[in-house]
Parts: sequence; C-alpha cells; structure tokens
Amino acid sequence: MSTSMLAIRREQASTAAAPGTPEAPRPPQEATKRRESLWIERLLRLFTTVGLGFINPVVRLCRGENPRQQVRELWRQLGVPLLAIAVFLFAWSQASGRIQTSLGQIPGPIAVAKQARSLWEDHKAERAKAAAFYERQERRNAARLAKDPNARITPVKYTGKPTYIDQILTSLKTVFTGFLLATLVAVPLGILCGLSRTVNASLNLLIQIFKPVSPLAWLPLVTIIVSAVYVTADPLFEKSFLISSITVTLCSLWPTLINTGVGVNSIDRDLLNVARVLQLKWTTRLFKLVLPSSLPLIFTGMRLSLGVGWMVLIAAEMLAQNPGLGKFVWDEFQNGSSDSLARLMVAVLTIGIIGFLLDRIMHTVQSLLDFGVRR
Amino acid sequence: MLKAMFHACLLTTVAVLGSTHAAAAELELEKEQLKLGFIKLTDMAPLAIAYEKGFFEDEGLYVTLEPQANWKVVLDRVITGELDGAHMLAGQPLGAAVGIGTKADIVTSFSMDLNGNATTVSNEVWNLMKARLPVDAQGKPVHPIKADALKPAVDAFKAAGKPFKMAMVFPVSTHNYELRYWLAAGGLHPGFYSPSDVSGQIKADVFLSVTPPPQMPAAMEAGTVNGYCVGEPWNQQAIFKGVGVPIVTDLEIWKNNPEKVFGVTRAWAEKHPNTHVALLKALIRAGQWLDANNGANRKEAAQILSRSEYVGADYRVIANSMTGTFEYGRGDKRSVPDFNVFFRYYATYPYYSDAVWFLTQMRRWGQIARSQPDQWYHETAKKVYLTEPYRRAARLLIEEKKAAHSDFPWDTDGYRPPSKEFIDGVEYDGRKPNEYLQKLTIGLKQGQVIESGNVTTKQGAT
Repeated sequence: MSTSMLAIRREQASTAAAPGTPEAPRPPQEATKRRESLWIERLLRLFTTVGLGFINPVVRLCRGENPRQQVRELWRQLGVPLLAIAVFLFAWSQASGRIQTSLGQIPGPIAVAKQARSLWEDHKAERAKAAAFYERQERRNAARLAKDPNARITPVKYTGKPTYIDQILTSLKTVFTGFLLATLVAVPLGILCGLSRTVNASLNLLIQIFKPVSPLAWLPLVTIIVSAVYVTADPLFEKSFLISSITVTLCSLWPTLINTGVGVNSIDRDLLNVARVLQLKWTTRLFKLVLPSSLPLIFTGMRLSLGVGWMVLIAAEMLAQNPGLGKFVWDEFQNGSSDSLARLMVAVLTIGIIGFLLDRIMHTVQSLLDFGVRR
Repeated sequence: MLKAMFHACLLTTVAVLGSTHAAAAELELEKEQLKLGFIKLTDMAPLAIAYEKGFFEDEGLYVTLEPQANWKVVLDRVITGELDGAHMLAGQPLGAAVGIGTKADIVTSFSMDLNGNATTVSNEVWNLMKARLPVDAQGKPVHPIKADALKPAVDAFKAAGKPFKMAMVFPVSTHNYELRYWLAAGGLHPGFYSPSDVSGQIKADVFLSVTPPPQMPAAMEAGTVNGYCVGEPWNQQAIFKGVGVPIVTDLEIWKNNPEKVFGVTRAWAEKHPNTHVALLKALIRAGQWLDANNGANRKEAAQILSRSEYVGADYRVIANSMTGTFEYGRGDKRSVPDFNVFFRYYATYPYYSDAVWFLTQMRRWGQIARSQPDQWYHETAKKVYLTEPYRRAARLLIEEKKAAHSDFPWDTDGYRPPSKEFIDGVEYDGRKPNEYLQKLTIGLKQGQVIESGNVTTKQGAT
C-alpha cells in the first residue's frame, strides 16, 4: 500500500511541476488559445495517468515549448526505458546460448518471438477448423431434419482444443470473477471494520490468520467442497471455473478488506460529528460521506487485490488442471518438446504483460477517482 | 497455397462424411456430446485418430478429448461422471472391481493396444551394469536384457546404504506388473503388498513407487528415482534428454501383452448402450487405421500425436517408437515392428484371459490378500470385460463394409491359447490361474498371506 501511495504522490508532484505551464496574466485576444492549452494540459495529465507520459514531451515539442527541456524529458521517459529493454534483450540473447538443459538450449528473444507467432498461427488454424466443424454440424443437422422433421437438434460447441488466446481469455474471465466476488465481500466487511471498533477487534485476528495462506493450501479444500456442494444436472458454470475463481477470491480478498477498513477509519472526525449533529440517516451517511471519502483507499486495496488475484490464479490453474494460462504452462512443461521452453517463456511474458496492464487500468481508475475526490 | 490445400482437404472430408452418412443406418444415440480423458502417452492414439479422422463424427458423436494429470485423476473423474469415458490402464477397471485403492464399477469393451512400454535406467545404473552385459559382433549389448544384469547395480546401492528406487505409473498399472515380473524373473524381489501396508515394498530388493508418466524423465534427472517403467514417448525422451538408457521393452517380458483399455462406468454403459457401441465403432476404425498397410499411417499418426493438445513431445521422439523401431541407447536404434500394436493379433478384442493375467499378478504380489478359486478369476474377468458391445460394434462395421469378417475373433471363447512367450519361458494358460501362480518362483502361493510383514500360510484358506 505504501509504495503505491508514494507512486501516486510522485506522479502528482510531477504533473504539478510540469514544465511550460502557461502563466497568467495574458492579453485578452489570447483567450481562445488559453482555453485550447487548458484542454491540452488536461489531456497530457490523462496520458501521464494511464502510463503514456512519454507522449507529453512530444506534444509539447510540437507546440514549441522550451525544446531543449522537452528533448531531455523525452530521453528520460522514452529513450532510457527503451535502451534498458534493448540491453536486457541483448544480455538475454547472450546468456541463453550458454545454458544447456535437457530440452536443449535456453531460447533467445528471437526463438521466443517465433513461438509467439506460431501460437498465433495455431490460433488461426484452430479457428478455421472450428468453422469447418460448424459447417459439418449444420449439414448433418439439416440432413437429420430432412429425414425426421421432429428430430431433437442440440447445437454443439466446437470440440477442439482451446488455443493460447482462448486460455488467456479464460484466465481473464476467471480472475475478474474472483476479483468481483472478493470486492463484494471485502468492501462491506471493510466498511464495518472501519466504522465499528468492536467489529474490527473481532475480525482482525481472523484476517491476520487467513491473509498469508497460500493459494496452494486453499485449493484442495476448495476443490473438495465445491465438488460436494455444487451438484447440478445442468451446470451453469464449469466446476473448474468455480474452483479457480473461489481460490482467487479467498486470496485476493485481504488487501481490499484492510484498505477499506483503514480508509473508513481515517475519515475526518469533524465530518462525522457534523453528520451526527445534522442527524443524517445512516444510508445518507454511508453513501454521501463514508464511501466517497474512503474511495481512494478502497481502490488502492482493489488494485492490490487484482494483482494478488492474477498471481494466485496462475498457480491455481496449474495445480488444479483448470483451463487457462496456468494449465498451458503445466501442459508445456509436461510435453517437454523442443519448443516447450520458448513457449513457456512466451507464457511468462504474457502473464507479466497482462498483469502490468491490469495494474495500469486499476491505477487509471484510482487516479481519476482520486482527482475527483480532491476536487 | 496452403490455404487452398486446406480448403481442398476440407471439401473432401466433408464429401466423405456426407457420403458415409447416407449409407449408414445411424444408431439412436442416448448422448451426443462426450468428454473423454487421456494421459499424454502414445497409446492414446486411437482416441486422437478417431477424432482427427472424423470417425467419432461419422457416428454422430461430438467428442472432446481432455488430457488428465495422472491415472488417479482419470479414474476419479470417470467415477464422478465428469468424464464419460477414458483411456485407462488395463488393471484399473479390474483393480476397481476387486477394491484395490478406489472401489468402483468400471467396465471395458475395448482394448486400446498391445505392448508399448519399456524400462529405462539412469546413466549411473547403466554404467554399473554395462560392463558385464554380453555383447554381439558389433559390440552392442544383446537383448533381451534380464534383470540378473541389474543385480550388480542393486548390490552396489545396497553396499552404499542407498535404496534402489524405481518408478512405475500406478499400483494397478501394467507397468507395475511388468516391472515386477521382469525383476522377479531375474531374482530381484520387487516387494509385497498387504492390506495394512499398500506401499508394495515389503521384503523388497528394489523399491517401487508411483510417478505420473510425463514426469518420469524429470524425476530421474533430479535423482528421485534410479529407473522407471513407462509407456512411450517417455523412454525415448530419456535418450534425447541424455538422462538414461532404455534396457528392456515389455514385449520382451511378455510378447503382445495387453496395455490400455477404454473404460466407462457400468452405470454409464447401461444408460447409454447405443452411444457405447458407436464409440467402440469409431475406436475400432481408429485401431484399424493405425495398423493399416503395415503401419503406413504411423508417420502421420506420430505427427498428430506430437501436437501440443495430445502427447506434445517432439515428432522425432514419438516417431522413434511409433514407426516400428526402438532406440535402446543413443544411436542403438533397432527394428521392433510390434512395439506398438493397435489392431493386429486381434489387439482391440477384450479377452478374458488378459483380465485373468492381471488378476493373477494382483494376487501374486499381495494386492489380493487371500488366494481365490479359479472360478473367481473367471467371474471377475467376465464382470469387467464386456464382449457383447464389442461384438455388436464389429457386426455393424461389417454391415457398413468398414471392416472385414476376418478382422475379429468370432470363434473365441474369450481365452487366448496358452503362451510361453515370457522372458522366463513360464507358460501362461488363462483358464488355470492358480496352477500358473504355483509355477512362478517369487510371489505368494496358494494359501499364503502377508501378516505383519511376513509370509505365512493360512491353514484351510483356499
């Protein structure tokens, strides 16, 4: 929590001290220009928020604001990271050739890029197969209806393998379901903890005990319980999907719960006293006072939760053999073909990039809220 | 270009499917969408081929194939109904019927293949035994290698105070019984099971334990085990990875031994009799395709199996054993045309005598605690191996001109003729299980039981 708060503060500091901010007073004929630059300022701040801060110097450069400073800024924000990546890739390609494993050499960046492409080709080929499958099915069903107009036809989903893209989508679906469940449980509980010292005291120990439990410990329990409880003839969800989501929920609940509690607890006492004096209803107090002022911290918690959830999910899928990226990793490990190492690396990079994007999205939402509240 | 070819393929398959459909009188299917489980081994080939070649769809079945983590998971998921049926070890339905491990009512009407396993030892063990092996004119070791040759290595481990550990894939797996048979034939005791100690290591010289097939090479590389008995491609993988040397194939231990079966629960088979027969028809055709024209299709089969959704190992590793050869040591590739048999020798027929052999071995090593009369062996075999659905599927295939009358053993009473083609030459006659057990040197005999770690004879027990 503390690091992310620091990050927020630093970014705000940088926007506040953003160079070239137009300074009043100005001649009246420049009013339109001023309005325009206000818009651009806002846009630039949005770029910084979503993590595209390197665009800003480019824009400012185009507008002719203090070129030397902008170039330096561009170098710092874009040049340096790119250079770092280039150095990393070079070091990787140099080191990879030297390590010999039972599956061959560790693949370099080029081999990994090739596998990423082959996974994409695989995906396209599988889609073509699926199209052919549906065509055959339609033909068969038409033939059956021609023979017997009352034949019972049930549409069948494609029976082939899930592709890499499918696995990514499954994982995203699972993690968001688990995250949603976690939020639904954690936010109300957190508010209760923040509002009442008694509730806080009663839950605190339990939270402290369950928080550090690894997903791998939860998983067998969840599997057995879900298998026993969720028995239906026509299941709405796959059991494996439920098991993975619930495991994610159990592990990612805690940051949101704790942050919400802290957020609610740290509301200005004066505000609460005013509310008491005005004899506001508890619903009004909750929705007009407590929630708005603790939203930034709730979102900080949710952002951490999503990060934890994503990490937990891969482990859960791997161990429970549930569909998703984790299963892909496990299958490739088992396959042990000469492509496996490169594919595993593609998976590692994908998991990392998706985790990064998820964090950015949450960060954007969080900053926007933060900004709104501050205003 | 590729796209055009692909389209052409598509059109022909569609045309073929269309035409076969017009001719076939379709079975009234109780269930069209099925999920079948398998373990990443080359002998799951009939399932992959039936899917890829459209044999399932020809029967109106929409099948999803799903790889499973290990044999226990396969069995459990078939029992709970998450899987409609699965690629199983021949011993699994029988073990479930007898109550070794999980007790359940699993039946089979289809034997998926014969042979296909081998035993591999680590480089360390190979170096200990290599020196004393007889060699041929080219300086290559003479096969079959008997377990006597392993003795120096086991003794060296004993002297160093280390247990000699070997892995097999499941307590009721073919591999367990083959490995035990081979060790015992060479005078090494593989250990007994008892009702209170199911580790199977009582009195053992060589300690056997369970590891899932795809993890075998990694386990040996990590030094957790000193050798293993497993199906392909995991023996060939050891050579490619340079972690071990395959020393004996199961076909040298018992020529044309039954290996995997296709198992479903009895309840499933009774509820879906037509679907079961349709499945068997597709699987029989897949077996036929795999053995057609002297294995002309095996290369294509190896290509299909090397895809990541099936076995996923490299093509060259899979092709090594699937195309009629077997590589014993690096570069020591020999012709073994019968290493994988999917249809020849009536491989797909569920013979009672095959079931009885597994039951005798369960008794021999104490998994069946007390001796049983011959009658019990035959009844248990007939309870688990259902020949009627198979015969019905075969008749339908002949009617549809997809198979010939001579493809199936119509006159058999379910027992293969007695055979001496074992590594120790002991004759096995499936009709006389108890007589067979008496002939085997190491192992429990009539009336013997394991009590507190010792073999004792119970008076009056039969």
